[in-house]
Amino acid sequence: MTKRVNTTKMAQFGSDAFAAKSFWHNGPAPGASYNFPNMRSSSGEEEMQRSQTPITTGTSVLGLKFDNGVIICADTLGSYGSLARFRDCQRVMKVNNNIAVGVGGDYADFQYLKRVIDQKIMDEHIADDGFALKPKALYTWLTRVMYNRRNKFDPLWNNYVVGGMQEGVPFLGAVDLRGMAYQDRHIATGYGSYIALPLLRDAADKNPNMSLQQAKEIMEKCLEVLYYRDARSFPKYQMAIVTAEGVTVSDVLEVKSNWEVAHMISGF
Amino acid sequence: MASVLLAENQEPGFSFENCRRNAFLAKKGNALPKATKTGTTIVGIIFKDGVILGADTRATEDTIVSDKNCSKIHYLAKNMYCCGAGTAADTEVTTQMICSQLELHRLSTNRDIVPVVTACKFLKQMLFRYQGHIGAALVLGGVDNTGPHLYSIHPHGSSDKLPYTTMGSGSLAAMAVFEAGWKPELTEEEGKLLVRNAIAAGIFNDLGSGSNIDVCVIRRGSVDYIRPYETANLKGEKQMSYNFKKGTTAVLDVKTVPIIIEDVVVHHTGESAVESMDTSS
Repeated sequence: MTKRVNTTKMAQFGSDAFAAKSFWHNGPAPGASYNFPNMRSSSGEEEMQRSQTPITTGTSVLGLKFDNGVIICADTLGSYGSLARFRDCQRVMKVNNNIAVGVGGDYADFQYLKRVIDQKIMDEHIADDGFALKPKALYTWLTRVMYNRRNKFDPLWNNYVVGGMQEGVPFLGAVDLRGMAYQDRHIATGYGSYIALPLLRDAADKNPNMSLQQAKEIMEKCLEVLYYRDARSFPKYQMAIVTAEGVTVSDVLEVKSNWEVAHMISGF
Repeated sequence: MASVLLAENQEPGFSFENCRRNAFLAKKGNALPKATKTGTTIVGIIFKDGVILGADTRATEDTIVSDKNCSKIHYLAKNMYCCGAGTAADTEVTTQMICSQLELHRLSTNRDIVPVVTACKFLKQMLFRYQGHIGAALVLGGVDNTGPHLYSIHPHGSSDKLPYTTMGSGSLAAMAVFEAGWKPELTEEEGKLLVRNAIAAGIFNDLGSGSNIDVCVIRRGSVDYIRPYETANLKGEKQMSYNFKKGTTAVLDVKTVPIIIEDVVVHHTGESAVESMDTSS
């Protein structure tokens, strides 16, 4: 088989395939993608674009620091567009004895990352060297992961809230799908940032060193208001509380809602 | 000619006369000036004896604050006021038009107090006629012979009759405060505090709202228009005087040039000098 310069990559069978050469000139090469001559390529990008749309989603996540710890809470709904499809999705997880994470956004992306984080913790147990992952370390690692995925146009479509005890001091931070990260005394993602954050800010300004009980009350109030005003929310929720003693993820609790105002509304 | 006393009969159908002209001019390069949006927090509640309306005072042009202290609570009648969010010109002119329509209605029906539902009807019929092109989102409140009433009216012409309502870009923050704190039969002081807190939530958590808090309390027979109820964002006080002392700039030379004005005044004397006004007929 002769190999010629300036011919196509098609295999040449024996003698001069002169008719074949002119027929297949600039034609498709086996295994490679072929740009049809008269078709305009849409964006000039070789690979498919992979910025997704989220499918099964969780709504707001709330986080609040109190005097000796952190609370993170989220409702237990996985929405499928406008369908309330999965009513028992756990969106707050315990990572280790001093970190809890809450998540909103695409649930599948969270499930993937949860496996990665759980593997990290397992590797730590195996190493058995006395070191335990700290909240700020997880928060920084998560920021890097999210930012690098975003730069590849393939984000993990999530909002994470990381809370824990960092050397005896409460830590609370958030990371979003673009890799934007910040730390604050109170955090709310999604609709919570419009509805719950004003309430959290006001409560924290009036009472900077609140107790666990006070923090729980304001969180419950915020979840109640979110249930009234967020159309993708659900009355059942879970709270993760992190103190120096450890992390407890509560059972599924229910929002106490008051619909008495309905009696006062008639006409338009 | 009954139209002198009656409100003018509106033609049926949509009046879009100027839209084609505007589109043509925009294509030629004369785009419409950007509307001043109020980007607002406005609220209203019903309390034991009446209605309390509240509003912030910031008017924005995109990302610039164009008016730091504008008035968003508009007068409709002596028993009714209306807060407006959205395009500032639309809210101002719409409320003024309905105010005059209400006065004509009041005179022609020979009443002292016009029902609040009448104002709501006038407003939403007009807004619906313009299919949402008039960007006015309103919170209408008042007290009439059947009690206190509160309506929220959207630019497309729908209305809701509610015991508490918020509109504007800061409405979510304000509504959070209401959902956490409103209860039936509030006293006037509790109501004013709740309204103040809702507007403050809008001012401090929404970038489209800011500056001061205005409150309007409407009871049967009396109105308190409190502007401002609270100045939540005062400009910082200058700690020193920044005026330069006399002598900071050295004077090298002085030259005085007198300015002489030559003025010619002509006095007319005689009978033809003074013209008298014709006051006959």
